[in-house]
Amino acid sequence: MHAVFFIAAIASIVAVFLICLFLFVNGIPAIGKIGIFDFLLGTKWAPSNNPPSFGIFPMILGSIYVTAGAIVIGVPIGILTSVFMAKYCPRRIYKVLKPATELLAGIPSVVYGFFGLVVIVPVIRSLAGGTGSSILAASILLGIMILPTIIGVSESAIRSVPESYYEGSLALGATHERTIFRVMLPAARSGIMAGIVLGIGRAIGETMAVIMVAGNQARMPAGLLKGIRTLTANIVIEMGYAADLHREALIATGVVLFIFILIINVTFSLLKRKEKN
Amino acid sequence: MKEKTAITKTQMPAAIKAVNNVSFGSKLRSYMKNPGSFIIMILVMAAALITFAALLFIICYVLIKGVPNLSPSLFAWEYNTENVSMLPSIINTLIMTVVSLVIAIPLGLFTAIYLVEYSGKNNSRIVQIIRLTTETLSGIPSIVYGLFGMLFFVTALQWGYSILAGAFTMSIMILPLIMRTAEEALLAVSDSYREASYGLGAGKLRTIFKIVLPSAMPGVAAGIILAIGRIVGETAALMYTSGTVAEIPSNLMSSGRTLALHMYALSSEGLYENQAYATAVVLLVFVLLINTLSSFIARRLTKS
Repeated sequence: MHAVFFIAAIASIVAVFLICLFLFVNGIPAIGKIGIFDFLLGTKWAPSNNPPSFGIFPMILGSIYVTAGAIVIGVPIGILTSVFMAKYCPRRIYKVLKPATELLAGIPSVVYGFFGLVVIVPVIRSLAGGTGSSILAASILLGIMILPTIIGVSESAIRSVPESYYEGSLALGATHERTIFRVMLPAARSGIMAGIVLGIGRAIGETMAVIMVAGNQARMPAGLLKGIRTLTANIVIEMGYAADLHREALIATGVVLFIFILIINVTFSLLKRKEKN
Repeated sequence: MKEKTAITKTQMPAAIKAVNNVSFGSKLRSYMKNPGSFIIMILVMAAALITFAALLFIICYVLIKGVPNLSPSLFAWEYNTENVSMLPSIINTLIMTVVSLVIAIPLGLFTAIYLVEYSGKNNSRIVQIIRLTTETLSGIPSIVYGLFGMLFFVTALQWGYSILAGAFTMSIMILPLIMRTAEEALLAVSDSYREASYGLGAGKLRTIFKIVLPSAMPGVAAGIILAIGRIVGETAALMYTSGTVAEIPSNLMSSGRTLALHMYALSSEGLYENQAYATAVVLLVFVLLINTLSSFIARRLTKS
């Protein structure tokens, strides 16, 4: 039976190996054909033109802009909420709020996307004009969506700071708030950073919700209130009818996304290791 | 060891509260003296309020807009463009969930058993690699899983758009979740159980399946329920693996859309906004049920 358990344990290694293999084998040749600089830094994505051009720089920027927007909105709210959960919340309210954050994580991304489509987009349209499907809409929606990740990780980071730090600071005459923001948060810094990095990963990888609110125009970002297309959206929107080099270019888009995620994952585990030490 | 630290941790806040009893009046005076602290307190409260108001708003908005749109024709047995029935998608979701779990539970559970019971406390090379890969798996976004499923199961294995291809893709996706929760649950089982079982003459396998697993069951179950939640809500990974046919499949090799995909199709077509609201309600109710069930089981776990 030892062997059976061992074989099951190997499954995840096989899975990661297969994922890497199939993505790279199917995606790298296209990058070679298009040319790595034309592909990564080309500013024009027009697969049906003659000759077609496959530049994913607009989508890379799109993903980065939208993620940055989500960070600007989600991180301050997330960290402050985690402070509330760890240091302010009475036990009785906590029992309600903790499952609530888990629920926030459990809502499917289509439902978030639909909510964005019927609430956030029309509000932006009526306040600022334009179509409403914009970087701003996607940022707000993603900001909400990464909240549970950031809250969960940074709350446990704050809780893992020894209670004696808190008591020591109070005994020196600092207020509750000063203690939290000058003593507890700096001590929990790497854990909180890990939460933010994980949130970045969620935001970059999010697909359906972004497609539904971001407008999806494959062009260079033109402003907060203009539409944009992310890497993930590019794959989903065009994979249905793409063929030949176009299809390979989309898989290569997936490879670029995958590499982004791998970098983020490595950063995350480095930060977590730092927290443990 | 583990249990002992858990007990002292839960007892600590009570002890501190007794020492740090601050009356409302003295708190107020302290804030008057330190306006900076007061502002920060307000900010913290406001952030928490925003978070939970957003959650409440999303849920209430979907429920209020969606419940009136729930009509019997939405649950008709056959899908057509007039009734856009969601019943076939619900059944597809159930099939997808069952098949994915059948694949992922043994793999995840056995991996956890291997890591906890067999690999020992020493961190060998292979254990480190297993941990690294599961961590990697849990960070991969669902669209990348979708791409991989399309390239591997649909194209390379020539399964075509099928429930089976979707289920295999989903099972890889939920594997790290099931594995991690099962591992935590197994680790939480006190070593004295194992020693007592060995002392009574039971073998290793018997100890694992008759003693350790039953006592770890609530934790394992909570993980499985969370995994069900992910399967129910998944869209991007299934779009190009299980396909989008809105009918009940005749077998596992035919295509079928799950409820989340059905909802995406409805809202992206733009013709069926009311039906999309209704589908959102059903999805949300599923997720609410799953979450409640999972936290209920987890609470029972901490009580016992």
